[in-house]
Amino acid sequence: MLFKYASPASFYPLAGKLAPVFAVIALVLTAVGLYQGFIIAPTDFQQGEVYRIIFIHVPSAWMGMFIYLVMAMYACLALVFNTRLSAMMMQALAPTGAIMTAIALWTGALWGKPTWGTYWAWDARMTSTLFLLFLYFGYMALDNAIEDRRRADKAGALLVLVGVVNVPIIYFSVRWWNTLHQGATVVPGSSKMADTMLAAMMVMTFAMWAYAIAVALWRVRGIILEREKNTAWVQELLDRP
Amino acid sequence: MNAMAEPEAEFAVLPGFVAVLRRDLLLAWRTRAEIAQPVIFFIMVASLFPLGIGADMKLLARVGAGVVWACGVLATLLSLPRIFAQDHADGTLEQMALSAYPLSAIAGGKLAAHWLTTGLPLSLTAPVIGLQFGMDAPTQGVLVLSLLIGSPILSMIGAIAAALTLGARGQSLLIALLVLPLYVPVVIFGAGAVESFGAGIDHGAHLALLGAGTLAGLVATPFVVAAAIRIALD
Repeated sequence: MLFKYASPASFYPLAGKLAPVFAVIALVLTAVGLYQGFIIAPTDFQQGEVYRIIFIHVPSAWMGMFIYLVMAMYACLALVFNTRLSAMMMQALAPTGAIMTAIALWTGALWGKPTWGTYWAWDARMTSTLFLLFLYFGYMALDNAIEDRRRADKAGALLVLVGVVNVPIIYFSVRWWNTLHQGATVVPGSSKMADTMLAAMMVMTFAMWAYAIAVALWRVRGIILEREKNTAWVQELLDRP
Repeated sequence: MNAMAEPEAEFAVLPGFVAVLRRDLLLAWRTRAEIAQPVIFFIMVASLFPLGIGADMKLLARVGAGVVWACGVLATLLSLPRIFAQDHADGTLEQMALSAYPLSAIAGGKLAAHWLTTGLPLSLTAPVIGLQFGMDAPTQGVLVLSLLIGSPILSMIGAIAAALTLGARGQSLLIALLVLPLYVPVVIFGAGAVESFGAGIDHGAHLALLGAGTLAGLVATPFVVAAAIRIALD
């Protein structure tokens, strides 16, 4: 049943049906999350209003890391089962992951200026997030530079698997170097945040998650069409009025 | 060669390793000038730093370890295309992959040869830069030790990227893009060992982490490089 959708031809219409659903979910959750975060959640007694950027910053930082892990999973699938669709999903996810990481860095800088008095510090977590962004760039550059599609897929998959070693380092770097960045606030079971703030952050996380899925599905549809353009089913699809 | 003397090639890890190591070292020796280039580059780039940031010996002594590590990484980058590019271009790599020896043993031999001709000389010339940056002898000792323990990781990660980018457009710049983010922990721990030694803190932890990275890499990298070569020859 699952393997049926590992074929690009049968996944293409499924992605077309699912993408709008996730887009709507993302839209609704963003509206709820931002309302909760910007209007309902109380002002922080230490940081004032500026802390509210975490409702974007933290979910995007999480998604930046999470998408890389998802790419690593698809990389495993692509290398082990040699499935074309896994490599296409990897290719479709990379730009979204890079954007999420870039948003995390940017919002972090905007938040750092009023709170720490500096846009950028060579703190371990910030630095490793920056290098996560470089990992995304590296993957996309390699994917672009190899002409042969099958080789590009496999080389990219191997690179992502090698790079995924870096993601735990990002997470544990907080404890290893423990410098300017505040320690992790959200730890399962012992949260230091007010409930409304936590709720808003979680809603925003799911919103970004749904957004990432929707965008990746739309992008993978484009990739499928491009790569399968010489097959009969794509010709048939394109000829249809 | 008669059939008796032929080892069971599938398990002939050591002969494959030694054969490639000897061949690559011999090739390196025949083109000594080329091998010297990363070392010369290493010293030259490091010599630019005092010109840029001023000749205050105290400041230089503080940034020395970081400069040496960063320049070491750059010099290693320059040497990376050399590992496979030539062999890929003239078809030797394909023959190696077709040979009866395990490809991971061949990759291991190439890795060892690369470290012996790049990482080792760089580590041993680091004191020259250390002198320029006013580092005292014990600090230099830690610097060389950190380079000796950490530079194999540079060769290993670099070889993976070099194999992955074979035949890609703009290989040398692409290698840098792929490899630099992955080099970060090595630089942090390598320079960190020297820094904590200077600050009087125990530097063993940094060296131990580098050593752990090198050992873990030695176990896994030959297989990853072999997989990357297979992808390149696909």
